[in-house]
Amino acid sequence: MPEITAFEAPEIEWVALAPLLIVLGTGIVGVLVEAFVPARARRLTQIVLTLAALAGALVAVGVLWGMLQDTLTAQPGQEAALNPRVLGGTLFLTPFALGAQGIITILAILGVLVVADRTSTGEDAFAPTAAAVPGTHYEDLAREAGLRQTEIYPLLLFAAGGMMLFASTDDLIVMFIALEVLSLPLYVLCATARRRRLLSQEAAAKYFLLGAFASALFIFGVALIYGFGGMVVRGGNPDAIGVRLLEVSSASRNILSQGGSLPDGTAALYLAGVVLVVVGLLFKVGAVPFHAWTPDVYTGAPTPITGFMAAATKAAAVVALVQVLWRAGFGMAPDVVEQLQLAVVVIAVLTMAVGTVVGAVQTDVKRLLAYSSIAHAGFLVTGVVGFATVVDGGAAVSFVTPPEGQTIVAPDVIRGVLFYLLAYGVATVGAFGVVTLVRERSADGVILGEATDLAAWRGLGRRAPWLTAAFALFLLSMAGIPLTAGFVAKFGVFSAAVAAGYWWLAVLGVLASVVAVAFYVRVIVIMVMTPSNEETAAAAQGVVAVRDAGVPGSGAGLSGSGASGRGSADASAAPAGGAVEPAAPASGAVRTAAPEGGLATATVFGEEHEAKAEAAATDAVVVGSRGPAAVAVALCAAATLVLGLFPSLVLDLAEQATRYVP
Amino acid sequence: MEITNYVVLACILFAIGATTVLLRRNAIVVFMGVELMLNATNLAFVTFARIHGDLTGQVLAFFVMVVAAAEVVVGLAIIVTIFRTRRSASVDDVNLLHG
Repeated sequence: MPEITAFEAPEIEWVALAPLLIVLGTGIVGVLVEAFVPARARRLTQIVLTLAALAGALVAVGVLWGMLQDTLTAQPGQEAALNPRVLGGTLFLTPFALGAQGIITILAILGVLVVADRTSTGEDAFAPTAAAVPGTHYEDLAREAGLRQTEIYPLLLFAAGGMMLFASTDDLIVMFIALEVLSLPLYVLCATARRRRLLSQEAAAKYFLLGAFASALFIFGVALIYGFGGMVVRGGNPDAIGVRLLEVSSASRNILSQGGSLPDGTAALYLAGVVLVVVGLLFKVGAVPFHAWTPDVYTGAPTPITGFMAAATKAAAVVALVQVLWRAGFGMAPDVVEQLQLAVVVIAVLTMAVGTVVGAVQTDVKRLLAYSSIAHAGFLVTGVVGFATVVDGGAAVSFVTPPEGQTIVAPDVIRGVLFYLLAYGVATVGAFGVVTLVRERSADGVILGEATDLAAWRGLGRRAPWLTAAFALFLLSMAGIPLTAGFVAKFGVFSAAVAAGYWWLAVLGVLASVVAVAFYVRVIVIMVMTPSNEETAAAAQGVVAVRDAGVPGSGAGLSGSGASGRGSADASAAPAGGAVEPAAPASGAVRTAAPEGGLATATVFGEEHEAKAEAAATDAVVVGSRGPAAVAVALCAAATLVLGLFPSLVLDLAEQATRYVP
Repeated sequence: MEITNYVVLACILFAIGATTVLLRRNAIVVFMGVELMLNATNLAFVTFARIHGDLTGQVLAFFVMVVAAAEVVVGLAIIVTIFRTRRSASVDDVNLLHG
């Protein structure tokens, strides 16, 4: 053991840390703002700070990107502008990781815009005080006092900072801490919904318990890898024992490539460790069989948070997954890598199947988007299976015999995954942003929470054409229709699977996409082509009125049966209802949403409880955005279109991300 | 005594913790299962550190402890919130954890 004589301060490259420092530092400043800025000015201060920090981080990522590309394309002998291994690999700025940081920052900016919107109701999506017990006098007081929970913004910044670190480290203990830094704020944020608070709290509890379980699996995997690392590294440099994955696997690879064998049982130790770490990551990705939390949490969490969480967390987790799989596979025997790859393939197939099939029968918009996000996790994992191939002069060669010094993750994987994450992310944030604006209305016209039941979305296209068009665009992009970002993205990940030799997986992916198209189009049909409940009810009343005219005294109770065949009361009956006022909707058309799982049993309190039963058949109303959410949705829609029409803009950047880091 | 026995013990503790998480219904007990898993990890870290004659593992154990503490703060807050809600929802004005 080396003797410690003096403390040597490490050399820190602050420039490389700039994006993280800006985001996390502003998070801390945000906490101080909570303490020192008067309540009235707090919200505006927090929003400005948060957006400025994220924009600053994005600029910093851009500058770093330029420096990194200069470094990677530098002639030998030229001085490097940037050392990608900050603190010896604790922060490992590969172009891939830096690209992920950029994507996470962009998604966070869009997410914060949706979070910041108070809509024309003057209320944001968060409880006045999340600590108040729902339904108590204290809660009413807090609501009347107009309290606002502005801690949301620093929490979002911490989560975003954690995600950025998560995607760009080689050190597994740092990855573990980043995992917690991104998860803990999200657990809290899940519990802060203004409406349906029991659901929100239950979502937080489920997310927390499963998330904690996943991170415990992750860290035990790290412990096993540490045990393995000590055994393979010991012969070389005893100071270097640690949990930096690339060092551990390089040491292991050196032993393997010299024809030596690993000490007894240690290969199994390493495999077990890697599998546990990967399982922990798959939990965050939301891949089957570790997806159980996704629908419940996405449904219960405040919708703006769901959008942010679904987009940005997935980006961080998938990038980390690619890096861990590749770096770990580097140090494994060829047959073991093959088995690992097969496991990933099985997970991809299962995830696509469950996401699309179960998603197709959902009646709740948020739940539908949650299953869609599971399906997308499947498509992403399809793109990841190529982790074990490297490319030598354009031709894919086996991962296990890489050309000297030129090992990189298969460029198809990097390109495909980065583009997919951006395309999926903007569509997801945008779609959830639209959901925040579509609301239920009580019988006396008070605007309530989000109308998540699909039945309430009927005929939305006529009342809010622009919003509907944006939502339809996001759904089409998720479905992978040409001319949208989703098509290029899916093409990217499927060609990555083909390049890895799994062409049948790509075929399965295309089939799953076809099924997915069906369920996205179903929503569009409901919004655009189905008459609204009010019209249906009016038409049914019309039928009743006609019948009443013929047979006086009958038909008092007929309105229900008339309306129950939704859509059957077609437009031809409508003129007959000229004299009929659009009365309260027929109870026969009430189709109460019954989401499966534990959430269905959770009650909703007071007004919302009554309103929910009624609103199932009333039409959703669209509340006006106060600006930020509209901007976010418009930006997302524009990005979806631009990425679909001119993908080369981003694909070129993604191509640069495939450069090898020595 | 063979020192690798401690690794085996860590694995057993970890398995017990994981089983607890998967089988028990009470949120607090589930959470205790997670804590047991984390402490099993600590045992594995320090054992490997002893085997390798290396301090890194012991330092990592401290990291895990800090993270576990942070997790307790957030987790118990969420669980207690739910407990208060359900209690007050089912029994009038009885709130044992209030204050």
